[in-house]
Amino acid sequence: METGPILRALSRNKTGALLIALQIAFTMTVVVNAWYMVGERLGNIDRPSGLLEEDIFYVSSTGFAEDFNIKVTIEEDLLALRQLPGVVDAVTINAVPLSGGGWSMGLRIDPGDDTQSWPVAVYMVDQHGVNTLGLNLVAGDDFDVADVEWREPGQTSWPDKVVISQAMATAMFPDMDLNNIVGKTVYISNDEPVMISGIVEKLQAPWSGWNSIEQSMLVPQKTAFSSVRYMVRTEPGRLDEVIPRVETTLLNLNDGRLVRNTMTMTETRERGYLLDQGLATILTVVMAVLLLITAVGVLGLASFSVRRRTRQIGVRRALGATQQDILRYFLVENACIALIGVFAGALMTVGLNAWLVGAMSFPKIQWGAIPIGMILLVLVAQLSVIGPARRACGVSPAVATRTV
Amino acid sequence: MLLYYARIAWVSILSNWFLSLLMVTAVGLGIGVCMTIVTVNYIMGSDPIPNKSSELFYVQMDSWDPNDAFREPNEPPNQLTYLDAMALMTAGQASRQTASSAASLILELDQPDLKPFIASARTGFADFFPMFDVPFLYGSGWSKAEDDARSQVIVLSKETNERIFGGENSVGRTLRASGHTFTVVGVIDDWGPVPKFFDITTGPFNEVEDVFVPFNLIVELELSRSGNTNCWKPSADGFVAFLNSECIWIQFWAELPTAAEQEAYLSYLDAHVMQQKELGRFQRPLNNRISDVNAWMENQRVVQDEAQIMLVVAVMFLFVCLLNTIGLLLSKFLGRSQEIGLRRALGASKATLFAQYMIESAMIGVAGGVLGLILTWVGLRGLEGLFGDFIANLVTLDWVMVASAIVLAIAASLLAGFYPTWRACNVAPAAQLKAQ
Repeated sequence: METGPILRALSRNKTGALLIALQIAFTMTVVVNAWYMVGERLGNIDRPSGLLEEDIFYVSSTGFAEDFNIKVTIEEDLLALRQLPGVVDAVTINAVPLSGGGWSMGLRIDPGDDTQSWPVAVYMVDQHGVNTLGLNLVAGDDFDVADVEWREPGQTSWPDKVVISQAMATAMFPDMDLNNIVGKTVYISNDEPVMISGIVEKLQAPWSGWNSIEQSMLVPQKTAFSSVRYMVRTEPGRLDEVIPRVETTLLNLNDGRLVRNTMTMTETRERGYLLDQGLATILTVVMAVLLLITAVGVLGLASFSVRRRTRQIGVRRALGATQQDILRYFLVENACIALIGVFAGALMTVGLNAWLVGAMSFPKIQWGAIPIGMILLVLVAQLSVIGPARRACGVSPAVATRTV
Repeated sequence: MLLYYARIAWVSILSNWFLSLLMVTAVGLGIGVCMTIVTVNYIMGSDPIPNKSSELFYVQMDSWDPNDAFREPNEPPNQLTYLDAMALMTAGQASRQTASSAASLILELDQPDLKPFIASARTGFADFFPMFDVPFLYGSGWSKAEDDARSQVIVLSKETNERIFGGENSVGRTLRASGHTFTVVGVIDDWGPVPKFFDITTGPFNEVEDVFVPFNLIVELELSRSGNTNCWKPSADGFVAFLNSECIWIQFWAELPTAAEQEAYLSYLDAHVMQQKELGRFQRPLNNRISDVNAWMENQRVVQDEAQIMLVVAVMFLFVCLLNTIGLLLSKFLGRSQEIGLRRALGASKATLFAQYMIESAMIGVAGGVLGLILTWVGLRGLEGLFGDFIANLVTLDWVMVASAIVLAIAASLLAGFYPTWRACNVAPAAQLKAQ
């Protein structure tokens, strides 16, 4: 191999090589960190909420008329909604997964105000909750009609039973069989006992960026508030046809209220992850453009160096170097520069990442990402140099005999 | 002379138009990406009330759980309890002060063709309007006497006044809100501080509310509150118990123009907490804080981490574009070594050549800057498309940003042109002429 002469030639024209190496290093730093962030965000978006999202929507009903009877209206509404054609089931619910607004409480294994507490998102539903949300009950039982009570405005007490998500169950009781967790008594509001009567496989909290997003519980309460939200599950594919029917049904039953904020779970998911999705898109575009710019930079400098060395190439060809030798010369030269670049880039990547992790909520990159980034950048550099290098192969040995 | 150099540069740019185009594109892309992100950051971090931001203070008191800080490391809660907010209002230790909180009202109108609608409401005290320099189109805010009398008065935003009264002077008219009759006392003009500094608990870039009503009416009429409520200790049932609970849901601002007043206010807060400690409240160590507008925005990380990460990425992006331009300029100028050698031999001074090539770099910079501005505009529209209403307040270009984009582009390309030009001027004429 002619790495010796190549390196010596490089050391006589350091600037061009340095410029390329620096570009490669910076590009790699940005690309590896950004790629990692995109992966993390997209990974978050892919997490299932536990709901049968494509068949679910919800709508708010806010009573304003002076004779508006909250409880009677809710009972009438639910009865009517559940009988509508195309509707599988319906409930009142105080919060919606991924929507960004909801209630959270803490559950404790031991009562008191200084024992360990596990944060949990609260969904208030009746005995139709599990069915409407399309949850998968993996242990214990669903609520019974007798379990369900009204929750008055300002009320702070809780019912006797709760159904929790499997992630909540294993967070509180890590090594226990799910069937044994059912029946356990835990404490809410520091010292109010509630019994775990069932466990659902998955049910996410309303906040997409929450650390404890998988920890949630259903409580058998119907909110007797002047503003309530109905969540409706339709038969597969009938969502669009059912939505207007539900809205008119509600208004026909009682027009002393506003029916508003109708939204499907699909829209809620898009909104909930708007920032993550947007960020991922921006970073992907930035990465692509950055790689393109680096490729163009390598190409520009390589063409320049080929043009400047036309005579030298001609002399080498005249002295017996084959076209492959010339091609190899430029590829190896480029590889040397790229290697310097990616090793510097590896250090910078780790440095930038350490700073981002320290200063902000940024994921720590795994070591495996660095060699992949290095290979990617070397490949990009090699691909961009092929064009100029092939032009170099075409230089005729006769050039050597001319005086420029 | 300058014009002549510019013409030479123009010829040179055209003679190698592909390389020139590459450079303009590189500078333009760098500037475009950088300025898009910088604009969003600049607006996120801008001072929402520049002439008063150092006189308005957000009040925090650590009434939180004795066993856990509200937020590590030992940050006091971001809102106040009703008990404390009312104590501060009654004491009136600042020249102006207001407790404030968000609520929602159902507006019903006499006209049968207008359907009732839900309006977002901001509650506050009389001082709210003069404190925050709220501009009025008609009428004014309410008075302290009306606060005390719990009068059912309402101030409308310009849009709400358009919607209900068709934009006419509605002062003195009445409307029904959540079952009660309110008298309009004022209509405010366009007002939308960014960030919405007076309440960032539900998002720093939300729109200002549709209507304003006295804070005391939340209690008097049990209006439905919106915004965030956080409790560390369970409260008993009912509204009165809620008011007396340790739940936090109120923002509190005090106007304290001088350092002496700020100090006096802090010691007043300490005295209040010490007194409450005797009643068994405030079991955490003394941890009261007043923060002026900008300090509060910073404490609450109004410029989000994502935006800062993007800023780092954007700056590195610009840097790569500059390295690229340096490389391309170097190729271009050194490719003309023979011409340079010849001109040097014929008597052109280094200074002349230097000026000529720097002008060429600057021209590429101007072109790159213009392209960058166009790309910035495209980028901001793209952000709007991605994020929608979320970001609508953040994606406007003002003259400061336009000027900085152009200046940045020219500075960047002059910087990029400096080394290649210097190299080109130092070409030894003899070495180039020998081969001819």
